[in-house]
Amino acid sequence: MPKVSMTVNGETVSGDVEGRTLLVQFLREHLGLTGTHVGCDTAQCGACVVHVNGDSVKSCNVFAAALDGASVTTIEGMANADGTLGVVQQAFQDHHGLQCGFCTPGMVMTAADLLKRNPNPTEAEVRAYLEGNICRCTGYHNIVKAIMAAAANMSGAKVAAE
Amino acid sequence: MYAFDYVKAGSVSDAVAALGDEAQPISGGQTLIPTLKARLAMPSKLVDLTGIAELKSISVSGGVVKIGGAVTHGAVADSADVKGAIPALASLAGHIGDPAVRHRGTIGGSVANNDPSACYPSACLGLGATIHTSGGDIAADDFFQGMFATALGEGQIVTGVSFPVPEKAAYMKFVQPASRFALVGVFVSKGAGGVRVAVTGASESGVFRWSAAEQALAGNFSASAVPSAPSSDGMIGDLHGSPEYRAHLVSVMTKRAVAAC
Amino acid sequence: MAKDSGIGASIKRREDVRFLTGAGNYTDDISIPGQLYCFFLRSTVAHGKLNGVDTAAAAKMPGVVRIFTGKDFEAVGGLPCGWLITSRDGTPMKEPKHPILASGKVRHVGDPIAAVVARSLAEARDAAEAIEVDIEELPAVIDMKAAVSGSAASVHDEAPDNICYDWGFVEENRDAVDAAIKGAHHVTTLDLTNQRLVANPMEPRVAVGDYNRASGESTLYTTSQNPHVIRLLMGAFVLGIPEHKLRVVAPDVGGGFGSKIFHYAEEAFCTFAAKAIGKPVKWTSDRSEAFLSDAQGRDHVTKIELALDQNGKFLAIRTNTLANMGAYLSTFSTSVPTWLHGTLMAGNYTTPLIYCNVKAVFTNTVPVDAYRGAGRPEATFQLERVIDKAAREMGIDPIELRRRNFVPADAFPYQTPVAVQYDVGNYQATMDKIVELADVAGFPARRAESAARGKLRGLGVNAYIEACGIAPSQLVGQLGARAGLYESATVRVNAAGGIVVMTGSHSHGQGHETTFPQVIAEMFGVSEDMVDIVHGDSARTPMGMGTYGSRSIAVGGSAMVRAAEKIISKAKKIASHLMEASAEDVEFKNGVFSVAGTDKTIDFASVALAAYVPHNYPLDQIEPGLEETAFYDPSNFTYPAGAYACEVEVDPETGVVEVKSFAAADDFGNVINPMIVEGQVHGGLAQGIGQALRENTVYGADGQLLTGSFMDYAMPRADDMPMFTVDHSCQTPCSHNPLGVKGCGEAGAIGSPPAVVNAVLDALNSGGIKVDHIDMPVSPARVWDAIQAAQH
Repeated sequence: MPKVSMTVNGETVSGDVEGRTLLVQFLREHLGLTGTHVGCDTAQCGACVVHVNGDSVKSCNVFAAALDGASVTTIEGMANADGTLGVVQQAFQDHHGLQCGFCTPGMVMTAADLLKRNPNPTEAEVRAYLEGNICRCTGYHNIVKAIMAAAANMSGAKVAAE
Repeated sequence: MYAFDYVKAGSVSDAVAALGDEAQPISGGQTLIPTLKARLAMPSKLVDLTGIAELKSISVSGGVVKIGGAVTHGAVADSADVKGAIPALASLAGHIGDPAVRHRGTIGGSVANNDPSACYPSACLGLGATIHTSGGDIAADDFFQGMFATALGEGQIVTGVSFPVPEKAAYMKFVQPASRFALVGVFVSKGAGGVRVAVTGASESGVFRWSAAEQALAGNFSASAVPSAPSSDGMIGDLHGSPEYRAHLVSVMTKRAVAAC
Repeated sequence: MAKDSGIGASIKRREDVRFLTGAGNYTDDISIPGQLYCFFLRSTVAHGKLNGVDTAAAAKMPGVVRIFTGKDFEAVGGLPCGWLITSRDGTPMKEPKHPILASGKVRHVGDPIAAVVARSLAEARDAAEAIEVDIEELPAVIDMKAAVSGSAASVHDEAPDNICYDWGFVEENRDAVDAAIKGAHHVTTLDLTNQRLVANPMEPRVAVGDYNRASGESTLYTTSQNPHVIRLLMGAFVLGIPEHKLRVVAPDVGGGFGSKIFHYAEEAFCTFAAKAIGKPVKWTSDRSEAFLSDAQGRDHVTKIELALDQNGKFLAIRTNTLANMGAYLSTFSTSVPTWLHGTLMAGNYTTPLIYCNVKAVFTNTVPVDAYRGAGRPEATFQLERVIDKAAREMGIDPIELRRRNFVPADAFPYQTPVAVQYDVGNYQATMDKIVELADVAGFPARRAESAARGKLRGLGVNAYIEACGIAPSQLVGQLGARAGLYESATVRVNAAGGIVVMTGSHSHGQGHETTFPQVIAEMFGVSEDMVDIVHGDSARTPMGMGTYGSRSIAVGGSAMVRAAEKIISKAKKIASHLMEASAEDVEFKNGVFSVAGTDKTIDFASVALAAYVPHNYPLDQIEPGLEETAFYDPSNFTYPAGAYACEVEVDPETGVVEVKSFAAADDFGNVINPMIVEGQVHGGLAQGIGQALRENTVYGADGQLLTGSFMDYAMPRADDMPMFTVDHSCQTPCSHNPLGVKGCGEAGAIGSPPAVVNAVLDALNSGGIKVDHIDMPVSPARVWDAIQAAQH
């Protein structure tokens, strides 16, 4: 069995995996990080999105063995150091951007990826970037609102810091 | 998934050496992994190409954009070089799958797989690209040989694709409502080699060049010159659209691509 | 001014914190030490005689602990159906056994044949492939019309004609309806299909069975909307386990939309196998399996006729419907096309005569049951589509035609000719509101702007009504329900003033943990922070019926109010003792007890403390403690209603329909948390718009599911949806429950499909393309086909 080491949410972890072990299985079953969810088996729904070396990736569609040495961030790594919600997370709560919560980790990870690349997206750009994240509860309305608000809050925070 | 060995190749020669009986190369895996999950394939070994540095470069020189086989769709979409030389190609790459899929999926994997609804094969054919493989170079016109069939030899891998820079080009995709793959995608270019019109998604024979449109556009490169729908014989018919509908869309998407050039 | 606490405040959801940090506890997150994994071998053919299942080779595979087949379940019951429907001729519906694992025959692709329990899921699946199944294939019965034609194979021997029941409603009106239609000035007829949908909550189903040898107790962790219902059905009817030895836990559940109401074979299997093997057994569905095993929704084929007089007054409605049951009767399947459908055929209108005939049909497809709206979307769609068609035929504005027929605001309570009595409503008001919200006056200018870009713009408007707050037990009992449909709550005020509400209702996204405390906070005059909600565990909450049919706040909330009222009543007695006053003179307001006409007061927390530290306490009159339970059984349904408007733009060259705007004016009565109510409407709208334009469940003639993954089943995505305009300011509070609430969970999915389809047809007809109807989903290909047909 290949041994794999990676950094997950800032901590170095390692484990023996089979070739067929998916990243999401490594996260959920080996590391107990059950915040990352599996909602489909065709890489369509995005409930499993995490960041790999800073890019959003569907963790159900990549092998753990392929990511030896990688840096992975999951939903469990998105809160502020003091445990309070990060800007994107807080915006989702403020704008009721989640209901059942199952797609939410993937939504937050994809939103964070978008805002890193495009700090001031238009509504259409937000919707387009969510193409690979399916939500059955919210009709996307409040998710889009939350992401737009997070963008505004982030740029506001930057202005305040400068 | 069935069990298999997983090997990370460090070079093209490593990869080719590792590919033997029932071994299969894997690049981004965005199509292959769902196939494996459904137990529709049973490789004994997967050879991971994504760690091969020589497959990860993009270069533009001498009127040619060369993209390594392991370059992701996201990297092509974001590449200033590609955007400057062939914006239609960058745009096509930026609309494959979704952002997370684009961060893993690669051009080599897409071209080697030749899914009849994939976008990249139409760009290869529509630009008259050259497919570089571990067994030598193959012209796109000779490479794609029907649904999921290519000229790629057993145990060979796609190492890159070279696209001649056209005078102008555009890609228009009409998405299948569920998968968001191309129900019909048309890549049109005008360049030194003349006009090319390549169609993906529509035909039971996979990506093809629409020669009637190429001829019409050679004389008059305008949307109004695009012929009406080609014959629906051999077009795909499924729950998302009849052969007639796809044939109709071939003409409409070609017009829109020409207009966008 | 907007409130920041209590009823009517848009309080942020407390449950979000755990969901946003990955700290939720969904069923698949539960792993019990030593647990084994289960994989179901499912039929790959739609219909066949099961001659043999040979597990010998598979049993020797690595990791295999035990393999179960139908033989192992011959001694236990089948999955029960919860609602008996009686046919027109007085005979009961045909109710064939629904075994846990197939026995004798397989009846749909996905029917479970065997279950492998192994140390790992991969080993279980490997072994399942080694099971040899001998199936003699039979002709697949897929199309409903063919199924009842008399020449089809029989899905069940008990129903040789494939008809489960033939239901007429209201049977006594049948001749009068026929006569009214025969003599009418105008009759509009419409044939339509309400296509089959898959609920697809993002969390697939999961079941973990556990058995404690020492206590003899079985525990099932499951993705359910109603754990007590599962405990009742599985314990009493399937496995024969008494309630005190069976605990069912539905922890965080990732959406349901109806599909997680029902008792499924996999739940019973994991509970059974855990006891048989003596180890926990876990099953996790993947999405592909969900498409073959979750009960699906809708699937009606209907002919509706609407008779009108020369002024457009509705005289009579007659419908004939074939309703697909699939291969077996799922838990509430039989009630959906009947009592949840026929009783809504009056809509918002005064139509005096209505007759519906519904034939429920067995086919070799996945069972069909309630999906968001359940019967009411089917009723609304046919009614609101036929009205639009009638308007076009008679040259009357579709909004005006509806207004002429609305039940007037002063006519409530209004007795419909289809059994139900609407208690309150104001349909003109919601129509006025939608005309304003959708800027109907500005539509011609927007249409012209679209036309300048070569696009056809259409406006679709409709009204809807639904019956929610399910349901009065005695009434539904008369109609064939085999369960009561009350709800329960226990309110526990602790010694230091912390309050816990244990509700039989269940949240799988609705936000109970936030909204229920708002009600208690309002009633007790305390902060929401002082109130916690416990739900989803049969061992921790009183017997409840769960969440579906937009019933949580209307029925579950009412039970909570009743229990809280008991608390206040008792607390007043304690307070009167503490303040040395007569109980009748004690008033309670804003968390403080006072004696009328004096300055004596005592706060709620002090009373609670006295109840648990009864040193100075009327022990001769009342017990110590401050905990009360109430069961609430509603006296009527609630009737949310409203008007919806959709604007679309059609690309006539490709058939693509773009939703440009969608507005909803809903009357939900009183609203506890407007933010959550609006979110519920958004989600319902997306599912309704998804049904109208995208989603479809398609079987091949051989019974293979052609839309078995998200690659072919078109789930609505973010860029398919507009921002919605929603309004709930038109409020006629429910007259018969203590909160005056009606429920909001299903409205969006019920009211939106006709608005979308009406808009598409308005667009096409405005462009001179004469099209009467396009069946859902109104996909680009179907629109293009309709345009071709109209032009040739």
